[in-house]
Amino acid sequence: MANEFGILSYGAYLPRRRLQRKVVAAANGWFAPGLRGLAKGERAMANWDEDSVTMAVEAARDCLGGLAPAGLEQLILASTTHPYDDRQNAAIVANALHLGSALRVLDVTGSQRAGTSALISALSGGGKSLVAAAEHRLAKAASPQELHYGDGAAALLVGSGTPIARMIGAHSETVDFVHQFRSSDRPHDYAWEERWIRDEGYMKLVPAALAALFKSTGVAPAAVTHFCLPCTLPRVVPGVAKRAGIAETAVRDNLAAVCGDTGAAHALVMLAQALAQAQPGDLIAVAAFGQGCDALLFEVTPAIGALPPRSGVDGALARRKEETNYLRFLAFNDHLALERGMRAEADKGTPLTTLYRNRDMITGLVGGRCRNCGTLQFPRGRYCVNPQCNGLDTQEAHPFSDTPAKVMSYTADVLTYSADPPAYYGMVEFDAGGRMMADFTDIDEGKVEVGMTMRMMFRIKEHDTARGFVRYFWKAAPA
Amino acid sequence: MATGIRDKVVILGMGCSKFGERWDRNAEDLMVEAFEECAKDAGIGREQIEAAWFGTAIEEQHVGKSGVPLAMTLRLPYIPVTRVENYCATGTEAFRGAVYAVASGAVDIALALGVEKLKDTGYGGLPQRGRGGLNNMFWANISAPGSFAQLAAAYRAKHRVDAKDLKRAMAHISVKSHDNGSLNPKAHLRNRITEDDVINAPMIADPLGLYDCCGVSDGSACAIVTTPDIARGLGKKDLVGVKAVQLAVSNGQEVQFGEWDGSYFATTRVAAKRAYQEAGIDDPRKRISLFDVHDCFSVTELVTMEDLGISQEGKAIGDVLDGFYDASGKIPCQIDGGLKCFGHPIGASGLRMIYEMYLQLNGRAGERQRPDPVLGMTHNLGGFPSQNVSAITIVGRYGA
Repeated sequence: MANEFGILSYGAYLPRRRLQRKVVAAANGWFAPGLRGLAKGERAMANWDEDSVTMAVEAARDCLGGLAPAGLEQLILASTTHPYDDRQNAAIVANALHLGSALRVLDVTGSQRAGTSALISALSGGGKSLVAAAEHRLAKAASPQELHYGDGAAALLVGSGTPIARMIGAHSETVDFVHQFRSSDRPHDYAWEERWIRDEGYMKLVPAALAALFKSTGVAPAAVTHFCLPCTLPRVVPGVAKRAGIAETAVRDNLAAVCGDTGAAHALVMLAQALAQAQPGDLIAVAAFGQGCDALLFEVTPAIGALPPRSGVDGALARRKEETNYLRFLAFNDHLALERGMRAEADKGTPLTTLYRNRDMITGLVGGRCRNCGTLQFPRGRYCVNPQCNGLDTQEAHPFSDTPAKVMSYTADVLTYSADPPAYYGMVEFDAGGRMMADFTDIDEGKVEVGMTMRMMFRIKEHDTARGFVRYFWKAAPA
Repeated sequence: MATGIRDKVVILGMGCSKFGERWDRNAEDLMVEAFEECAKDAGIGREQIEAAWFGTAIEEQHVGKSGVPLAMTLRLPYIPVTRVENYCATGTEAFRGAVYAVASGAVDIALALGVEKLKDTGYGGLPQRGRGGLNNMFWANISAPGSFAQLAAAYRAKHRVDAKDLKRAMAHISVKSHDNGSLNPKAHLRNRITEDDVINAPMIADPLGLYDCCGVSDGSACAIVTTPDIARGLGKKDLVGVKAVQLAVSNGQEVQFGEWDGSYFATTRVAAKRAYQEAGIDDPRKRISLFDVHDCFSVTELVTMEDLGISQEGKAIGDVLDGFYDASGKIPCQIDGGLKCFGHPIGASGLRMIYEMYLQLNGRAGERQRPDPVLGMTHNLGGFPSQNVSAITIVGRYGA
């Protein structure tokens, strides 16, 4: 099995807050009483400082386990909610992951099947690729989408080696079936009638793609042990499975109750969860719908048992905080004209020259390690900070992003502007040495203590709303 | 080998505007208010001033840059005017420039003036401002109270102090400063408060509540300094000598290196040691008559009293609660109300502290007057506990 081609590793990330659908339905009941029928379960909701880029970074870190893979040729980032239209989003992710500059990167977008299309492309290419898919989905208040959607990301490393799953085959059907759309000047999706989407869309296009897949691979549909098909419409997935000849028992939960539909990322999120639960020999079929259908078939290998433990979807689901404040959700998604106060007016312009010179420090959290005395320090300076050393130009690059840190001091600040007050921040000391004053994120009120272990996470530091620039940096979150 | 400035320079005169929300006055009016008092006290005219140092920190929101605003406002006769800024230690930095100019023999008489007009910024607290292009990209989203609040967390962890005990000592500090401020006609805040008021006040940055934070004020203060001989020649008796002026500035060790534990000011310890040495003071707890320290926040004052070597490390809570630093205590701290109640117009604060020591040493402190003070020490801090400028001045009876 050595030097086979396939999926080498997987990872996933879901934001910690889970918006309770019943509070959304209750708040909007006066206007849209029909939402009551959807008022069950919860959906993953990005923190104010998360977007598709930051979630992709977290999923990729989960996938890579702290190591930049040797020989990585390509990073593909799939999303319909890339923060930038013109600035390669995948390049930000690559910098945050320390993947080096000798890398091909690609932003894939434009369809709910962008994630699977990116994966098929990577699996067809031959080289080693990291495929990440992430969505931070926006929906109008009181829309069904607001309840159906979720935010999240998944990542897969594909290439030659000892795959945990090898691709048996893939098939794509492309049909301009417009079940929903969002033009480039609009923030929200516009959708057509669900019954038509079900009957003419899913029930016809997905079975056709699966039939072609099974025909070309020679695999019997009944042999499939895991069937992943994102879909928020009721009863559609079992119907598709039946029509395709896949056993009902193979149909995987689409995470609607606990996460919501993460759009272009969701097929990969479901695949990542299937891989975490699969046994050697299992057959996983993945399909994604949107202007046609992508269908992929994988066979899980014995190497799955040797994969180091990771968070995956189940770990991300367990890292959970119930959100019952619908107004906070609206505010985080910029649906409320909040009075943010004078402190929010400060100019957040980023000198791009400065950012470029310091990109490893800012995007990669790279500091220095002194060759003379071993002192770790952030940021890197020309002179070593150790007063017994003060060596000139003695520091080599040292990344801090994957080192655990402990809280040394902290506060909860209601004076400074924060999109989610109070602002938590404090001094953290890295376990291997080095320290920094860092913003904290994903903190529960009153749940910070000196000595508590933190993990650095790549997040939005500030939105420069005057210019439309997103400024990223690293923050400390409870480990 | 340098011997320091002890008694090489004396204060010829001082002035201080009323601090507070001076809605009806420009920064320039406050500068004139302080300067008029100062020049009259010194008994000289502006033509006798040979050099000036002008301290203001957030100049872009009131007078603008450079030494020109001072020269224009006071109509100084084409003398050198240096504008200085060193965070909240700006006032002491201006004083240091003037003192050093006289001590060097370059000039006979020099002026230091500090001013800030914070109530034209529109903010309740200190205004939000940039930290520099690169700093803006990686500094945490810190405010002044939020950075100093962390002292409390680290201090509690280090000395195993219960949060309530620390908060009560912090409350005592603020109550004491309000008591003192109530007797000071130039103070911004003159109301008395109780410990319960402090403890129950709205939280600003945990554990600092509203009454743990100093006043944000408009104001100006200034000093004219000269040599002892010239002062005597101008008819001055009972001279107030400058015993020491010391600054220590963080170099990144606290925020980047592994030694500092977040519970104290590394700079203040160094600056205090050097100041005692310069002033020839072996046992400050016995020799200093009065303190005015940088009580931007109650916890800062508590920690500072240890860093100055007055309370033992980890024991300041006891001294505070025993009333050691009260107006009636062994060594009063913030006898004028401090930053807490006199107010904190940034560029003026360091000079305001020296002003109170000067009044006390001259027996002109009115209801606040302490019997027979000999040495007064001021501590003026700027920045954040993790990276700051700590400025210390000791003034006292000339020759003492």
